[in-house]
Amino acid sequence: MILDIKNLSKIFGKTCDMCLDETGAKPNSSICPKCKSIVGVNRVNLSLYKGEVLGIVGESGSGKSTLLQLIYQDVKASEGEIFIKHFKDKEGKTKNILDANLNELGDLRNSIMSMIYQNPRLGLNYQFSAGGNIAEKIICSGVKNYKMIRERALYFLDKTEIPNSRIDDYPEYFSGGQQQRIQISKALSSNPKILLLDEPTTGLDLSVQAKILDLIKELQHEIGFSMVVVSHDLGVIKHLTDITVVMKNGQIVERGLTDQVLEDPQHPYTQLLVSSIL
Amino acid sequence: MTYGFLDEEAKKEIRRSILKAIAIPGYIVSFASRELPIARGWGTGGLQVTLAIINESDTLKVIDQGCDGSVNAVNIRNFIKSVTKVKTTFSTKEASIIQTRHRIPEQELQEGQILVYQVPMPDILETVEPNTAKQKIMHANADYSKLWVLLYEDTSLFGDSRISNRYPVLVENRYAMDPSPIPKYDTLKLNNNKALQLFGAGREKKIYALPPYTKVEPLKFEDKEFLVENFEGKVCKRCKSSQSFLDELYNDDGSTSYYCNDTDYCDTYKEGKL
Amino acid sequence: MIRLEVKNLKKIFHVHTQGGIEVTGFNDINFELKKGEFLSLFGPSGAGKSSVLKTLFRTYTTSGGSIIFNKDNGESIDISRVNESAILQLRKHDIGYVSQFLHILPRVSAVEVVSQELMFKGESQSTSILKAKEMLDYLSIREELFDLSPLTFSGGEQQRVNIAKGIIAPKSLLLLDEPTASLDKNNTMKVIQKLQEIKKEGVSMIGIFHDLEAMDLISDRVYKLSRVK
Repeated sequence: MILDIKNLSKIFGKTCDMCLDETGAKPNSSICPKCKSIVGVNRVNLSLYKGEVLGIVGESGSGKSTLLQLIYQDVKASEGEIFIKHFKDKEGKTKNILDANLNELGDLRNSIMSMIYQNPRLGLNYQFSAGGNIAEKIICSGVKNYKMIRERALYFLDKTEIPNSRIDDYPEYFSGGQQQRIQISKALSSNPKILLLDEPTTGLDLSVQAKILDLIKELQHEIGFSMVVVSHDLGVIKHLTDITVVMKNGQIVERGLTDQVLEDPQHPYTQLLVSSIL
Repeated sequence: MTYGFLDEEAKKEIRRSILKAIAIPGYIVSFASRELPIARGWGTGGLQVTLAIINESDTLKVIDQGCDGSVNAVNIRNFIKSVTKVKTTFSTKEASIIQTRHRIPEQELQEGQILVYQVPMPDILETVEPNTAKQKIMHANADYSKLWVLLYEDTSLFGDSRISNRYPVLVENRYAMDPSPIPKYDTLKLNNNKALQLFGAGREKKIYALPPYTKVEPLKFEDKEFLVENFEGKVCKRCKSSQSFLDELYNDDGSTSYYCNDTDYCDTYKEGKL
Repeated sequence: MIRLEVKNLKKIFHVHTQGGIEVTGFNDINFELKKGEFLSLFGPSGAGKSSVLKTLFRTYTTSGGSIIFNKDNGESIDISRVNESAILQLRKHDIGYVSQFLHILPRVSAVEVVSQELMFKGESQSTSILKAKEMLDYLSIREELFDLSPLTFSGGEQQRVNIAKGIIAPKSLLLLDEPTASLDKNNTMKVIQKLQEIKKEGVSMIGIFHDLEAMDLISDRVYKLSRVK
C-alpha cells in the first residue's frame, strides 16, 4: 500500500461532539446542527496501491478538493492519520505524515508527493522562468549541478511538449494550457511517487483538455507513479483512473473500479450523478 | 559617561547576543539596538558590537571601503577613542579589533583578531523573498531554493551570477548568510579565517557571527567556477602591487588610473614591509 | 484444467433513480470453462449475455453466486468477492475483454495500440512492432493507417484494431462481446481463424456472436440464456 488514509476529518469552525455524526451524505448536510461548523471531510478512509490511479469525484462542496489539500497539507486536518510507504521515522517505521515537522514536510513535498493545482498560479512561481520553476523543484530534491539541472528541465519540458527554445520564458507569456503543462513538468521533475491532481483540466479549452489528459495518462503509464485525481467531470475520471470514489457531504458513498462505478453504480447518489452525464 | 558610551546592561545584552551568534555560526540573532550619536544606517550595528567588546588592552582600526581616511571611518574612530581612550592604528597587523564597512582587509588576519562588519541588511533571503515571515521559515528549513534559482536564471541567461557584491554564502552547510556588501573578490576570505568575524546591523537590530576556522562557501553549482573580479594587467599606480583589489579612478584628462582599495595594504606594500 | 467456474451467478440492478425498482439482469448462471475451450453465450436480446460478460470482468458487481478463476500456478480467485486492486491485477495479466468499442488514448497509433500489448509481456520493441503490423495487415488494415490514431477509423476498422489488440498477446481468459459485429464475411473468417489459433495455444474464451455461422465455427459449447422473467 503506497497511501493509507485513516479516519481523516476536517471541520471548519468551533467543532463539537456532534459535528461528525450529524453531518454527511444521509443527513444531506455538511453543517453541524449544533455548533454550525462546516464538516468538509468526514471520517474518510482510503487506500491506494503502487501504480494505481484513484479518482475522487463529487459535486461542489463534496469535500474532494479539501481531501486533496489535507493530504498535501495545504490545509491542516482536524483528525485522522495518513501513512505513505516511503515516509518513515528514524526507526524505520511508517509515520503519520500529519505529524511531520517542517523539515519532514519539505522532504515529503520534494521527493515523495507532488501536487498539480487547477490554477497554475498556485503551482508556479511567476517570478521565475519556466525552466527556473522546474529547476527549483530539482534543486529542492538535492541536485546542485547546473548542467544536470538544465538537462532535466529540458527533458521534462520536452515530455510535456513545451518547445525547448522557450525554457527561459516567463510563465505569463504562455497560454493557459501551456502553463498547466509547465506545472506538470515541474511536478514530475522531482520523480514523485504520488501525484495529486486537483481538477487538472477544468477551465481549459476542450481540445487542450484532451491533450493534457492524454499526456498525463501517457506519463503515468511510462513512469508508473501512483495518482490521485480530483474532478467533478466523470469524463476525466473515466479517462484517467482505475478506481473511483464518490464523495458527498464530506463522506465517501461509493468506491469501486472506475468502469463499474460508471456502468453499474450502486449508491443512489452515484446513480444520480452518472445519469446526469450529458 | 560609562566606558564605551553604552551602559553595562546594554553591553551585557549585546555580548549575550554575540555569544549566541558565535554558538550558531551564520544564524541571525535579534538584539535590542541602542540609540547612538550616529544615525541609523551609518554603522550603528558594527559600532554597538565594537563598543560591547572593546577594552583598554585593545588596539582599534576602522576602515570604510578599505580606507582609514574616509569621513565615516574617521568619525567612528574618533568617537570610539573619545569614549574609551583606546589605542588606535591604521595597521591591519597591529589591530586587535578592526571595524569595517564593506571590505575585508587584504592582509591575512591572525588568531586573536576580531573583524567587526557594519551590515545594512542582515538577511540574504531579502534579495529573493520580501516577506520576513517566509524568510524565517526558509532559514528554519534550510530551504534556499530561491537563491539557487536566482543563480540558475542568471547562469542560463548570462553564463554566471550577476551578483557583484554581497554574494550569498553557506555557513557550515547549514545557514545561508549575508556577508554584507563586500565585493565578490572578498567572499573567499570568509572561509576558515583565523580571526573571529562579527556582523552587526543596528537599524535592523540583528547580530550574527563566524567563529574562527568556520567553513564558509559561496553558493555555487558544483560544475561551475566561482569567478571574481579580474585585475589582470593592472597595477596600483602608487605602490605597484598587482595582488590587491583595485579602485578605478578617472583623471581630469579622462584617462584611468588604478589604486589599491585597502589603504594600509598600499602603505605597507610601498614600504616593502609585506 | 478448469479455468473458470461459474456457480449460481445472478445480477439484480437496483435503480434508485427510478424509485428503487429492481431489474434482474440474469439469474442462475452455471457453467465451467476448461483451458483452451471456447464457450458461446446464446440467447435472445435482453437475456443478459453482455451483462454476464461484464459481470465476469467485474464491470458489474455480483448479486449472488461465485466466479472462481483458476490460475496456472494453482491459485484460485473468486472474482465476485475479491477487492479492486486484485481485479486490476487480474485484468492486467490474466483476463482480457474485447468489447464492441475501442477505448484508447487519442494520440496512440494503431501500431502502438497493438504492439504495446506485446511489449508489456516483455518482447522487444522491434519484434512487437513487426508482429503488430503483421496482425493488422492480416485483418485487412491498410498500411497507410498503421501510424494513425484509430479514432479516425471506420467502425469496422476500429473493431479490427480492437480485436488485434485483444488477441495478439492473449491472456489466459478472453471475453469477447460481439467481436465480428461490424465485419464483413471475409474479415469475420479471418478473425475466427485467429481465434482458433489461440484456442489451440490454450486460451479460454467466452464469446457472444450475432453471426450464428461464426459462432458455430469457433464454439466448443454453447450456453443458452433465456429471457429473464
